[in-house]
Formats: sequence, structure tokens, C-alpha cells
Amino acid sequence: MNAPQGTLLHEGGMARLYAVDAPAGEMPRLLKRPRLEFGSHPGCLVGFEMEQMILGRLAGPHVPRLLAAGSDDAGPWLLMERIAGESFAAMAARAPLAAGEVARLVGAAAAAVHDLHRQNVIHLDIKPENLLLRADGTAVLIDFGLARHAELPDLVGEEFRLPAGSGIAISPEQLAGNRSDPRSDVFALGVLAYRLATGALPFGNPASRLAMHRRLYADPPPPRALAPQLPPWLQEAILRCLEIHPEARYPTAAQLAHDLAHPDRIPLTDRAARRERAGPLAVVRRWLHAFGRAAPAPATPAGHLAHAPHLLVAVDPADEREALAEALRAALRRARVAEPGLRVTLMGVLAPLPFGEESDPALEHSRHTAALIALRHWAAPLGLAPEALRLHVEEAGDPASALLAYAAAHHVDRIVLGAHGHSALRRYLGSVSSRVVAEAACSVTVVRTGERTA
Amino acid sequence: MRTALLADIHSNLEALEACLAHARRRGAGRFAFLGDLVGYGADPLACLDIIAGMVEEGALALRGNHDEACLGGQLEAMHFAARDAIYWTRERLGPRHREFLAGLPLIHEEGERCFAHAGMDQPGRWIYASDAHTVARSFEASAARLFFTGHVHEPQLYFSMPAGLPRPFRPVPGVAVPLSEFRRWFVIVGSAGQPRDGNPAACYALYDEAAGTLTHHRVPYDCEAAAQKILAAGLPERLAWRLRSGT
Repeated sequence: MNAPQGTLLHEGGMARLYAVDAPAGEMPRLLKRPRLEFGSHPGCLVGFEMEQMILGRLAGPHVPRLLAAGSDDAGPWLLMERIAGESFAAMAARAPLAAGEVARLVGAAAAAVHDLHRQNVIHLDIKPENLLLRADGTAVLIDFGLARHAELPDLVGEEFRLPAGSGIAISPEQLAGNRSDPRSDVFALGVLAYRLATGALPFGNPASRLAMHRRLYADPPPPRALAPQLPPWLQEAILRCLEIHPEARYPTAAQLAHDLAHPDRIPLTDRAARRERAGPLAVVRRWLHAFGRAAPAPATPAGHLAHAPHLLVAVDPADEREALAEALRAALRRARVAEPGLRVTLMGVLAPLPFGEESDPALEHSRHTAALIALRHWAAPLGLAPEALRLHVEEAGDPASALLAYAAAHHVDRIVLGAHGHSALRRYLGSVSSRVVAEAACSVTVVRTGERTA
Repeated sequence: MRTALLADIHSNLEALEACLAHARRRGAGRFAFLGDLVGYGADPLACLDIIAGMVEEGALALRGNHDEACLGGQLEAMHFAARDAIYWTRERLGPRHREFLAGLPLIHEEGERCFAHAGMDQPGRWIYASDAHTVARSFEASAARLFFTGHVHEPQLYFSMPAGLPRPFRPVPGVAVPLSEFRRWFVIVGSAGQPRDGNPAACYALYDEAAGTLTHHRVPYDCEAAAQKILAAGLPERLAWRLRSGT
């Protein structure tokens, strides 16, 4: 099949990109051809094959749509959606950016990465050049030439004996030959955030494999050492992404996005306070540890996400039925509180103040604080680690809508809430739980106590 | 056009019917039986009647080592249970069924595709394509791009590399694998009638020519009924329980 005509847009090391006119009313198009001439990189064709395989299987707003593929006299080609948006490379050129801006951009990138992982794909080459931001703030991932689909042959991994990836952002486990850990993408998001926040590269841009291996034992300078105005929460998030061992990083990109959307709720550890890199003793210890470390058994990205669910628990701080609270906690324990990557968000919805009182900020603040204290007290018997628990209090006249909006915005996997059997509110608002069950995109567990009320 | 590929049916009528129904629901317009239609199971005649009827309507069927063994000759290469089942089957085949089996080709090539029961380098020697070296020899024996075989009983794909030996890939049931046109692919279809990879569900593959994809499917079927028939026929007990366990 002959490719549609286009005008040359970009000539990269691996491929040429052409803009193709689209019929009126249809999405703009981009034609991609691998460089196959003598002297081109041997990875060009494999990357192209991989992209064709993977792009054809992906859907959603965070990837360009594959429209057609074929071969003609000039070689193989792919026709895909041309994303209108600013490249993250342009933003990286403006770095350092303000903390809020970094959180917004990296949060958008993390949401895109999570959506990719959900579809069983790991990108493995996340860098500013491969990320675009649509006008509505949605990030789009492009170039799947080094990506890995857990259920398709890994052509790239079979082709190259040496790990493939950019020296700037390749993760320690990729260097060890592991191409099946979705947390490699979380590492690359950490590199991206570091770059946007400080304007510097955490590990430089090493070309040799030996130089890349330094990141298996040497940590980067803490971002606040380079940009002292940076808030501690951002350093906490960045350094957690850049942990050497995947288990110490954010379990999912969604949890990173969630934290960046609520920076004031990030529990600060010694990462936030760090002023300099680890001392020589720690480096030597890590260096010794880096040897003989077996790669963990690969799980599919979707399988990995299943072990790191985000549960949203609706807690009514005003509800004094201890039996219902205990039934909810029991449901949470059954929902695998032991999962190492679990995140539980307790959400309390406050009814709006009666007219005339809403203008008193002091009253507003104390109500909010009291609700947070009540939530923390509620969660105490669960014994969750600080990084697994988040609290959220919101004022809303319509609790069901508030819960649904929060769940959709923060990639919640399951909503757990109590049935309000005889609440006076129910008569006015209808059942919150039945609306959440009907309208949520994720699973919902409605908990009742064993006691029956007349 | 979608082609259903069934290998190693081994006289298992319940598995054959379940796979055919599953493939038809998924739009299979053509059927290829990759050898070992009989042996092991208790329903050789019913299976051959179905397959011979489909061959008359354009389906492709190939001869496997168990089919050949049922026609006569020494059976030294076979283990006892297989041998007992061959003797049992021989007694039941009439002239019509023997003639059908004798008329089956060992290898069939059409366009970029090559079909056989086992390795294509020496058809009739029943080479197990159990590693990259044997697959590489099949690649050398034919100019085809897509190779479809059975014989191994466990589903597996191999794809060619620009340099070096072909690489294996274990297909995930239900997931369509794009057979990249820049490579050659050696497809080992898992067994329909006697799965051995620990999953007792019948196995077959669907090749979608337009999309260029291959999907392995697992179809649960009444393996208990098939096992009971084996016991009732007086065939070796082991042949019954391996259907239940898929080993």
C-alpha cells in the first residue's frame, strides 16, 4: 500500500516524520518512516516494528492513534494521529520551573504512564522529547520504539545484547537487563521531574555503559542542593522516584500523580531533608550490593498494578456508628491491606455551612482540621504505613459526585463505602452508595453491618 | 480471511467439536488440521468423519506420525501407551478411513505459508521443533515466511532474527500476536486433543490474514466425557487421566 504524501517535518536519528494533510474535520496526521539506508542504526527497523506492534494495541488520550500501516517503494511506514501540543523538551529548555508547574507537568506525564501500564505496556524511554502536552493539560507519550508489551514478543530485548535506553534516564534494573518492571518508567519520571525542577540532569548524560552503571550505587545530588528554593515535598517525591531499588520507589505512576496533586499530604522522610549525596560508606555498601543481585521475577505491568491498588474509602466523620466503622475496616483488611504497594485514601465529605457562615475562614479551617483528625483516628486501627495512607477532606453538597470525581481524577481502583441505612440525609439526597455503584468507573464495595435495623 | 489451525486432535471428539464451534463463532472461514488426527483417544472414526467432510469442502489436513502409524509398520519409536492406542485404533479403522489417512500430504505450501505436522526440513522424520536449532533448519528448508506445525503439544512461536538463531515466544491465550512482516514466524499450535502444558482446556490458533495476527485460544471442553470413553474402551488409564490434568 502506498503511503499518503506528506511534507518533511523532522529528520531524527531513527526515523523521518512527515506532516500529512487530513480530510476536513478529521484529526491531523503524521507519517513515520524508519531510516533504513546504509549506515543507519540497526535498531531503526526493530524500533519501527515494535512501535507498529504496540501502537496498534493501545487506546486512550495518552497515546497517538495508529491510523494505517503499510509498505511502498520507499519502505515501510506508519500513519498516526499528529498530536497538537507543546513538547516537554521545550519546557525542559526553560527549566528550572516553579514547583507547582513541575508538579502539574510531571503529574500529567505520570497519569499518561499509568494509563500505559494499565494496558500492559512499559515505555522504557521516557524523556522530554517523547512527551507532549495537549492544550487541555493531558500528556501524550510518543515513540514506542524501545517499549515492551508484556504479552507480545520483545523484539528489542531479543535484538540487543546490551540494554537499550537513553543514558540520561535509563533505570538501574534496565542496566541489569530487566525490561519488565513498570517502575523503570517511574524512575524516568523522577529524572524528568529533577530536570524540570533544577535544570540539571541527576546522572548527567553518560555514553558508556560503565558510566551509566554508577547509578546502581551513587545517588544524585539532592535537588534542593541545586535549587534551595525547592519545597521539601518535591525533593521527597523526586528522590523516591529515583531510588535505586524499584521496591523503594512509588509502586505506581498513579500514586506519584496523586501525591503531586496533593503535595501538602506527602509524608516527608529523610529524603526531603537531604542536603548532600550519600557518604562514601553508603556508596561502597551499595556498590557491593549491586553485584550478584538477581533480577526479580517479571510480572506483567497489569499484574503489578493489581498488587498496588488505590482504595478510596468514604468515611463520614459525623457518623458515630462504631459497628459500621469496624465493618468498613474489616472490608479494608480483606481488600488486602497487606499488599506492599497499596494506597488507601480516606475521604470525608463535609456538608456546606449554612448560608451566612461560609465567609468565616477560621471556622472553615477548624472544621476541616477536625475532620482530618477524625479521619486519622479512624485509620489508626488499620496500622497502615504513612506512605500507604492519604487523607482528604472536601466540602460538597453532593457527596456522591465528590466521591466519583475524586475517584476518576486519581485512578482509584476500588471505592469502599458504608450503606447509610437510616440516615436522615438519605431522604433528601437519595442513597450515596447506590449512585456511586451506578456511576463509578471502578469497582465499588458497599459495606453493611451484621446488625439489622427495624 | 481467518484460518483456524488445529493440531494433535488425537481422536478426541469432545475437544474437536468444542474448538470448531469456538472458531466458527470467531469467524473462521477456513480450517487446517495439522496432523495427528488419531491415536490416544477413543473416537477415531467420528473425528475422521468430521475432518474428511471438512476436507471435501476445502479444509486442509496433513498427516502426522500417529496417523501414519495407524496405517501399519513397526512402532519401536513410540512409548507403550501410544503403541497400545495405535493397535486399538488400527482394529477399528475401515478401508474408507485408512484411504483418507493414506491420502493426506506430509507438507503443504501455499504462497508465503507452509504447513506440516512436524519439522519441515525432513517431513516424515517427525522432527520435534523443540529448540531454535530445529526451527532454523525448517527455515532453511522452505522459502515460506509463515510456518504452521503441531507435534510438540505445547503452544510456542519462534521468530527469525536479522542475525543468529530464531527466538522463542510463549503466546498468551486470547492475545493476538502481530506476525511482523519483516520476519519469518514458526508457529507451533498447541494440542487440541491432548494438551500437556498443565492446562486441560483444548488449544487451537486462529490466523487472521487481513490483520496479520495469530491468536492462540484455550477452549474448556468436557474432558471428563472424553476420559470416560477412553476407560470404557479399555485404552491405557494414563491416557484418561492426562486429559483431566492437561499433562
